[in-house]
Amino acid sequence: MRELALHILDIAENSISAGATRVKITIEENFSDDLLIIKIEDNGKGMDAETVARITDPFVTSRTTRKVGLGIPFFKAAAEACQGTFAIQSEPGLGTRVEASFQHSHIDRMPLGDIISTLMTLIIGTPEVHWIFEYQVDEEVFIFDDEPIKQTLEGVSLSEPIVMKFIREALIEGIQSTSQPLEEVSQRI
Amino acid sequence: MSTIKSLDDLKKIREQALQKQQLKETSGKKEVIVGMGTVGIAAGARETLKAILDMIESENLEDIIVRQTGNIGLDSFEPIVQVVLPGEEKVTYGKVTPEMARRIVQEHVVDGKVVTEYRIES
Repeated sequence: MRELALHILDIAENSISAGATRVKITIEENFSDDLLIIKIEDNGKGMDAETVARITDPFVTSRTTRKVGLGIPFFKAAAEACQGTFAIQSEPGLGTRVEASFQHSHIDRMPLGDIISTLMTLIIGTPEVHWIFEYQVDEEVFIFDDEPIKQTLEGVSLSEPIVMKFIREALIEGIQSTSQPLEEVSQRI
Repeated sequence: MSTIKSLDDLKKIREQALQKQQLKETSGKKEVIVGMGTVGIAAGARETLKAILDMIESENLEDIIVRQTGNIGLDSFEPIVQVVLPGEEKVTYGKVTPEMARRIVQEHVVDGKVVTEYRIES
């Protein structure tokens, strides 16, 4: 995967599989500290410490009773290749929080990529989950919460073309108004 | 919420959608499902789903539910798309590119004719 947005989608799929009814995705671009931070927090069924260790380093841990995917190790490797950090905190019955940080200007940092398509996939494709997206660029913050949208729609499907258009445009507007013009960003790096 | 798009706009959208729904005797929703496990994502499932959403929006195709789901269990055929029409059995398509997805939406979901050459046994 050559986009952080694809990793975000993959991690969020784990949250859905864990039975989460609420998932919050946070992207923080902090140019003053040269950091890009990604967080995915859910209220799914959580994991014990052993499971967390196994899914994080599947080749290091010995127990192989259950098949584990490679999504998390890939994401961890991507962060660590960019002077970054990676952490999973999980509590059985409470939920899981995955956090990865990257050196923003690192030459190997993959681009954020098509975050709109990742969010549309999750919001439209899994309407039973309450999605919250927070995008922060230095002091500017954009928060997208799909709960008021679903309440307003009352029974009209998110897959209806005019509804989809509304959500997509709301996301684009919010992200664009938060991002800095490119010239300004490159000066600050 | 700092969205410029307001919920009042959305209320109008809802009323439009409801009016259209009342005009039609809905015979049940058509469903399109895209597998979105790690293997599917790596094989391009998000782009396949995007092609479906874009087509629904640009062609104004109503009464289609698009869902994404975890691993469907047919790794070597990812990206996988499944179509369920009301009263019909689920049809599974494999290695679905965005191009193929548009054809499946047009021929199967809209016109009701299975695209047999893309179909796989599930």
